Amino acid sequence: MLLEQLSNAFGPSGCEDEVRRILARAVHDKVDHLQTDALGNLIALKRGSGPEPRLKVMVDAHMDEVGLMVTRFDKNGLMGFRVVGGVDDRLLLAKRVVVGCDRIRGVITAPPIHLTKAEQRQQVIKVDQLAIDIGASSDDEAKGLVKMGDYGTFDTRFEILSEDGLRTVKGKAFDDRAGCAVAAALVDGEYAVDLLLAFSAQEEMGMRGAKVAAFRIDPDVAFALEGTICDDMPKKADVSPTTELGKGPAITLMDRSFFADKSLVRLLIDTAEANGIPYQFKQPGVGSTDAGAIHLSRTGVPSITVAVPCRYIHTPVSLLSLSDLDHMVELMKAALQALSHQWQKA
Amino acid sequence: MKDLIRRLTEAYGPSGHEEQIRDIIRAEVQPLADDVRVDVLGNLMALKKGSGGGKKVMLAAHMDEIGLIISYVDEQGFLRFQPIGGVDATTLAGGRVQFADGSTGVIAAENRQEFKKDPELTRLFIDVGATSRDEAKARLGQAVGFVRPFADLGQRIVAKALDDRISCAILIEVLRRLEDSLHEVYFVFSVQEEVGLRGAQTCAYGLDPDLGIAVDITVAADTPEAKKLAMKLGAGPCIKIMDSGMLAHPGVKDAMIRVAEANGIPYQLEVLDRGSTDAAAIQLVRGGVPAGCVSVACRYYHTPSEMVDMGDVENSVKLLLAILKTSIEL
Amino acid sequence: MDTVLLLKRLSEAHGLSGYEQEVRQLVVEEFSRTANEVRTDTLGNVIAVKSGTGPEPRPSIMLATHMDEIGLIVSELEKSFIHFEQSSYDDRVLLGQEVLVHGRRTLTGVIGARPPHVLPPGESDKPIPYDKLLIDVGLTSEELARLVRVGDLITMKGDLIELKGGLVAGKALDNRASVVAAAICLEELTRLHHRWDVFVVATVQEEEGMKGAITSTYSLQPDVGIAIDVTWAKQPGAPDEYTYDLGKGPTIGLGPNFHPVLQEALVETAKSLEMSIPLEPAARPPGTDAHAIQVSRAGIPAALLSIPQRNMHTPVETVSIRDVERTGRLLAAFIGRLDDAFLPSLTWDLGLEEE
Repeated sequence: MLLEQLSNAFGPSGCEDEVRRILARAVHDKVDHLQTDALGNLIALKRGSGPEPRLKVMVDAHMDEVGLMVTRFDKNGLMGFRVVGGVDDRLLLAKRVVVGCDRIRGVITAPPIHLTKAEQRQQVIKVDQLAIDIGASSDDEAKGLVKMGDYGTFDTRFEILSEDGLRTVKGKAFDDRAGCAVAAALVDGEYAVDLLLAFSAQEEMGMRGAKVAAFRIDPDVAFALEGTICDDMPKKADVSPTTELGKGPAITLMDRSFFADKSLVRLLIDTAEANGIPYQFKQPGVGSTDAGAIHLSRTGVPSITVAVPCRYIHTPVSLLSLSDLDHMVELMKAALQALSHQWQKA
Repeated sequence: MKDLIRRLTEAYGPSGHEEQIRDIIRAEVQPLADDVRVDVLGNLMALKKGSGGGKKVMLAAHMDEIGLIISYVDEQGFLRFQPIGGVDATTLAGGRVQFADGSTGVIAAENRQEFKKDPELTRLFIDVGATSRDEAKARLGQAVGFVRPFADLGQRIVAKALDDRISCAILIEVLRRLEDSLHEVYFVFSVQEEVGLRGAQTCAYGLDPDLGIAVDITVAADTPEAKKLAMKLGAGPCIKIMDSGMLAHPGVKDAMIRVAEANGIPYQLEVLDRGSTDAAAIQLVRGGVPAGCVSVACRYYHTPSEMVDMGDVENSVKLLLAILKTSIEL
Repeated sequence: MDTVLLLKRLSEAHGLSGYEQEVRQLVVEEFSRTANEVRTDTLGNVIAVKSGTGPEPRPSIMLATHMDEIGLIVSELEKSFIHFEQSSYDDRVLLGQEVLVHGRRTLTGVIGARPPHVLPPGESDKPIPYDKLLIDVGLTSEELARLVRVGDLITMKGDLIELKGGLVAGKALDNRASVVAAAICLEELTRLHHRWDVFVVATVQEEEGMKGAITSTYSLQPDVGIAIDVTWAKQPGAPDEYTYDLGKGPTIGLGPNFHPVLQEALVETAKSLEMSIPLEPAARPPGTDAHAIQVSRAGIPAALLSIPQRNMHTPVETVSIRDVERTGRLLAAFIGRLDDAFLPSLTWDLGLEEE
């Protein structure tokens, strides 16, 4: 399964090579042109069958995941690090990681409970107090295996949790390998419009890949595909779960980075209803996505974000429902087909 | 002019939802401009051609106001929200909001004592009088603006959304009175300024102007215990030197001062320690644009009762007209 | 090139973000000695062009080194004292500093506060926030009102000091030290052949959000961009992990902001010059011109060289002259090696055998 390959792949922001190669391999014989740019974005063009001039549709999904970077070598062979992208310090203790080009396995240390006081255990241990242990016994030995600035990720293997019902799977980096898997699946469709798949780099650094990809592509319309917050655990207060597992792809109306184009919202709702595809709305006003960068390109691009609900994004293990993912593929294919008939350019 | 200001300020138009205010402004500028169009994000641009040999000037006032977006409808039909733009929770409790369809809601605090200790937006909700989730669920994703009637205090006026509808009124008045200018002037009523100067950025990219001047409000520091800043009500339009998003182009700023002095228009110099305007976005498009800003001093910004001085408003109109009559050498 | 003299002239010149006129003139003068053409653009960036020898169309490399400095600005006058706005200094370094207020004429002033002897107990134990500080230029309120007004600029007063060990200390060495490095590079380039075109840009308003880099990069559209800025040197109060030795710089940036092939090529060049150059990892793109260059238009491979500096964002920023010279030489040597094969090497291997 492509999602499995993508989830297991190593790809923190700035080091997306492995993910890029998997995606290139997955789409290259179904698209007309493939290119990369200075930031490492992978852009694939699938020409439409309609008459010129054809609508240029950008479909974006980001390749990068949150991760780590080695920043310090201690004399005892342990290594200091920093997080790449938004990782809460509380998620780092006692986790398994892989580091560097050779994918060396290591662990993030954590003090034994026996030797800590109760008051200390009330404090969050900040990342600069933590270290990665790959088993080296000196800084020289560590430097022989890992370089300054090497990247790392959580060491999580993809696994199927349930074969029916919600068809849940767990793995790392569903934000946004889920989006990448959906985008890659779109090459199997036939469309009247030109499809420009932008597998972006460095979204977690502030949508940097999408910004330059959008400038290059200069699209008429853009979709950003994501794996988004799903906070549907039981809570005391009656507040929004942002999205819910199993309720279908989540459409963004507005988040901190952009307002979705109202015609595109209409298009997706109409397409979902016409095809009996379940859908939900992501809690408005929360998060930011590549659409935030894309919609401000040049003179403005009507944009929207659609996402697979993922529990525990930006943590070592996330969880999603394959039925949500399949529905998202269905929705996007149908929407791309509907675009040629319905879309009114402003 | 006060009637225009009343209509503009009472209108509905939180960022991203500017259709209604745009329609009102469009009706005002259509008979006055040589061309009117709306771009992808919804910016309204009214062009007044000049006699030739001048610059392409972009004047920008933003149409959008701060507001809230309904983010959740709970079991009982109460609405939770996220902010649109810089909304201060302490200005909200007990206030009223209006939806695009004209209906009204009330903002209330979950627990007054808890809210006093920790005034956060998450401790507030909106009540539209619904009795169940079903009754109110269509509200999810709708945006609301604040509601207050315009008040005429004589020399001073009070309204919500003077930021930045007062500048929209100023630009409409400038367009009305503009004649004999060399310059090709685009009167831009921009969108989504309050959420990050978004409309001005894409609009300026498209227009590629030689000069950009934003018109916005600034903080009047003449109220009790205010942080010491130079701006006050009634001392004239403020010529912006700096805010937290931008340093005005010195040539633009100096040209504005020269014009004000040559025409006997009172003015203030503005150094603001917070906030930003469309000028900051215009300045950075493409290879750079010389940009500045004329600001109207305003008390109680980002509350439902903002206050400006009508003398400052009239002098802002005069200053902009006087600038457009010169060749604007930088 | 007398490095210390140029450092002195540039450090002592005034050029706050948005008001770089005085330093711009000096930079234009200096770059004109060695460049083929020097021009300024809309926001005031200085662009020095040094043409390459390769056949047209030639690829180009842009070096960006910001010439603006941080400072203060008059926000209001109260009786015979001056209130000011600022956002870049640690409030604690301001008390007791001498400043220059650039009004109708340049006035010397001091940042003062009430004496600790008369303060209520406990108050002298806390730092004074900048908005409670006042500048005193020793004039009457009438004289002050005639000479100074809101928006006038204020810079730190103090000439460049030569310390022992080849160190110099002064204001604005963030980033004038890098401007000197760029000038050294330009001078070196007159002594060697280089195929690529070179744009050396002294950018404006970096301290306000890399604004000069955003607009100049958009106009120039270089194929590669390298920013020169400063980084933290080892000193008390700064964690070891983030700091570098004076005299062993510059550092080369590592991380998502920097193109790995470009960064590796800089390392190779340093090795070939027998310079041992520290690598500076940055898990988040640091706030330098390289941040803006990388995402200009459709994207540009970017790199960053940083000169270690003590006491950054204070009036006594301290750098090693050796680091400034090494940076200039490293850049010139790197530019000298740029050939037709370099640009194509900045691609990403897709692992598709048939391509």
